[in-house]
Amino acid sequence: MSVSDTTAPVPAAGEGRSLWQDAWRRLRRNKAAVLSALVLAVVILAAVFGPYVVPHAYDTVYSNYVRTPASLEPYPRADAIEPEIRAALRRARVDIASIAVADGVATVEVTSEREIDPRVTRYLERSDLFTNGAVQRLSDDRRSATLTADVQQFHFYLGTDGNGRDMLARILVATRVSLAIGILATAVALVIGVTYGAVAGYFGGKVDDVMMRIVDVLYSLPFIFFVIMLVVFFGRNFVLMFIAVGAIEWLDMARIVRGQTLALKRREFVQAAEALGVENAGILKRHIIPNTLGPVVIYMTLMVPRVIILESFLSFLGLGVQEPLTSLGVLIAEGARNIEGATWLLVYPAITLALVLFALNFLGDGLRDALDPKDR
Amino acid sequence: MTDPVLSVSGLDVRFATPDGDVHAVKGVSLQVARGETVAIVGESGSGKSQTMMAVMGLLASNGRVAGSARYRDQELVGLPLKRLNTIRGSRITMIFQEPMTSLDPLYRVGRQIAEPLIHHRGLGRRQARARVVELLRLVGIPEPERRVDSYPHELSGGQRQRVMIAMALACEPDVLIADEPTTALDVTIQAQILDLLADLKARLGMAIVFITHDLGIVRRFADRVYVMKSGEVVEEGPVGRLFAAPAHAYTRMLLAAEPTGRKEPPPDTAPVLLEGRNVKVGFRLGGGFLAGPPIEINAVDGVTVRLVRGQTIGIVGESGSGKSTLGRALLRLNHGTGQIRFEHHDISRADRREMRRYRRELQLVFQDPFGSLSPRLTVGQIITEGLLVHEPRLTRADRDRRAVEAMREVGLDPATRNRYPHEFSGGQRQRIAIARAIILKPKVVVLDEPTSALDRSVQKQIVDLLRDLQARHGLSYLFISHDLAVVRALADHILVMKAGRVVEEGPTDAIFDAPRHPYTQALMSAALGHATRPDTAHAAG
Repeated sequence: MSVSDTTAPVPAAGEGRSLWQDAWRRLRRNKAAVLSALVLAVVILAAVFGPYVVPHAYDTVYSNYVRTPASLEPYPRADAIEPEIRAALRRARVDIASIAVADGVATVEVTSEREIDPRVTRYLERSDLFTNGAVQRLSDDRRSATLTADVQQFHFYLGTDGNGRDMLARILVATRVSLAIGILATAVALVIGVTYGAVAGYFGGKVDDVMMRIVDVLYSLPFIFFVIMLVVFFGRNFVLMFIAVGAIEWLDMARIVRGQTLALKRREFVQAAEALGVENAGILKRHIIPNTLGPVVIYMTLMVPRVIILESFLSFLGLGVQEPLTSLGVLIAEGARNIEGATWLLVYPAITLALVLFALNFLGDGLRDALDPKDR
Repeated sequence: MTDPVLSVSGLDVRFATPDGDVHAVKGVSLQVARGETVAIVGESGSGKSQTMMAVMGLLASNGRVAGSARYRDQELVGLPLKRLNTIRGSRITMIFQEPMTSLDPLYRVGRQIAEPLIHHRGLGRRQARARVVELLRLVGIPEPERRVDSYPHELSGGQRQRVMIAMALACEPDVLIADEPTTALDVTIQAQILDLLADLKARLGMAIVFITHDLGIVRRFADRVYVMKSGEVVEEGPVGRLFAAPAHAYTRMLLAAEPTGRKEPPPDTAPVLLEGRNVKVGFRLGGGFLAGPPIEINAVDGVTVRLVRGQTIGIVGESGSGKSTLGRALLRLNHGTGQIRFEHHDISRADRREMRRYRRELQLVFQDPFGSLSPRLTVGQIITEGLLVHEPRLTRADRDRRAVEAMREVGLDPATRNRYPHEFSGGQRQRIAIARAIILKPKVVVLDEPTSALDRSVQKQIVDLLRDLQARHGLSYLFISHDLAVVRALADHILVMKAGRVVEEGPTDAIFDAPRHPYTQALMSAALGHATRPDTAHAAG
């Protein structure tokens, strides 16, 4: 607070310690919560910046690398190069005398009964594996030659999917999408739910009755039916996802905030504000809503994982995000279909989802302990 | 003191908190002889409750005990829970301050009393029930055969406390620890409970450890007193000697903490500020679609009040007498009916928008300094909230300056205005609440039990502050309280309320010296039993 003197000297004010700061201190002592917060921070950073860092785009198809297992070694493997060269040069009608691979460069000795066209290297470059094909030495009778080509090496740390797309890039993008839906849907639910609940609870009486009956009616609407309806009207898109989920989740939030408000408006500080002549908006803004935020924050951290799971469920049903964009739910659904032949398609997205959910739940529990007034 | 039934020596209690250890009890030693009543006196935070909680093994999970507490020859500190449970609840029992919360609302009272009997005495259900009825009769509950099947919410506060006592007596303990058992009760009920305890003690021969902050009760009730201050026993001795010749400065301070002084009535020419005629406030209970017509209860039933400038009207009465409801009706904060005039304006029908013009002149201070301050706002924000409404053109710096002035006026350090309410003590919080009211320079302040949640010595400071502010700003107070000593010090005119009606009204001295209505007389004798005796005239000084 800036203190500008006009008439009387105003003493500088010391800093106070708010309830939030207290809660923060308690939270920092909770090891599980701190660890969860760190994990979450790492996951968020990875989801936001990871796709720019990893070498592959999430939607690039490597048709030579369909369903390659996860590995720290680069692809192609040495024993895969030779067959690939043979396959590539088969149509060039040359005989292969010898193949040597060293330092990422393949050297092929070829002979032929006819003259060898220098353009033979194009056959090599047709394969995704090789680039910079060149004829190093052509014998005088043009019947034998030495070809070289750089072997393109790719790292697929988490393998590739059934279309030959890098899983690492896809998981990072999927995490980004899932977290975005989780956070945005929760934000939508938060804004609508807190405002609606606080207004209903504070005004009470007939206003409350009508507003809460509307909530009851919306509750009785089957969720999937609601989403299908939205999808039919607006088509499948990303924004629709979190609006749909948020539009359902705010109902719970509104009920929680209404309950809190009912208790709060009987508290003396609200009556004191009324006795000061503060308008309804001021009371809601300064007294009711800030005091409901403790439970709301807790509920929010528990709502994010629920929304992520909900989105996974919708994506699993095919109502979620659209290819090539993906989400953790989509990846897991694909992985589940390929569990027999390609376990990595399921394992890594599942680990990521579990990690995010664990972290959010532990953080939510930690926050509940930290904000619980009984602990004070 | 030949045969101490409970002896505590060198007891230490520490609590581990995020801000480091709190040393709540520092080497306390005390003895309780068979059949003796020992009072432990001290203000809140003096460690008097924690001492006994430690003896009973009931400390919060972050508490640690050192030292010794012996029941007869049995060391209690560090005793395994199973062995401890054979003593507590049976040989040593405890009753608590809040009869509302110490009974489980889901069980019938008979069952709750029977529990220790079945558990400790091994009685069968039928025998236990017979014993429960006997106990309820012993503690003076009417129709015990019927009441045994009541749920706690069907009983009044006093009856609940009697049930708690019955529960504590069930196994005929040697020691009864009573932790502020009457603080939450009305004065007349308080007197009945104290009489009951004294009577039971005489009949059953048990020792009572009485934890209280109320010296009036100690004088009437105890044999010996331990005075505690910040975790230590500063003085002990028989009641007579301690009251006649207190040795320690703290004891003398406690004894002198009764609010003193009288208020002169305002001159007859003073103009009428606030007037309520035939004020009624009704509440509907129950009723609804299937529940039949609602029951109408008149919390305030045709009361007439006239407050002139500079006057303090004390409204006294027990809980449920409608005194707070009346105060709010006069400020148009509830749906009361009747004619209410402020200065020359009829505000009986003003809605919220119209009332906003008068709000700055009509202020309210609440009882609970913990509940009446929003925990998420800084003190500066709380104090200046009224300025946002009534002087919206003030800049932030202006508001800040006004906050500093108001805080100085109520004796708070202005440098603390960025702190949050939970960082202040009860008395300081009440000062904040008063600062919030007076920053608007009101004409009338309704004080709804502003001192009853505070320690005696703090009460005295608040009373002095209120009196000081009244003299400086010519305020008029409507002082609502059940505490007659405070009312006597502050008010020049008194309304006695019972069940929504004024039963007696008049100048303070007339009401105190010669109460006419039997209810007023009962109230006086219960509350001021000690202070009206001639030997305590110095307290009224």
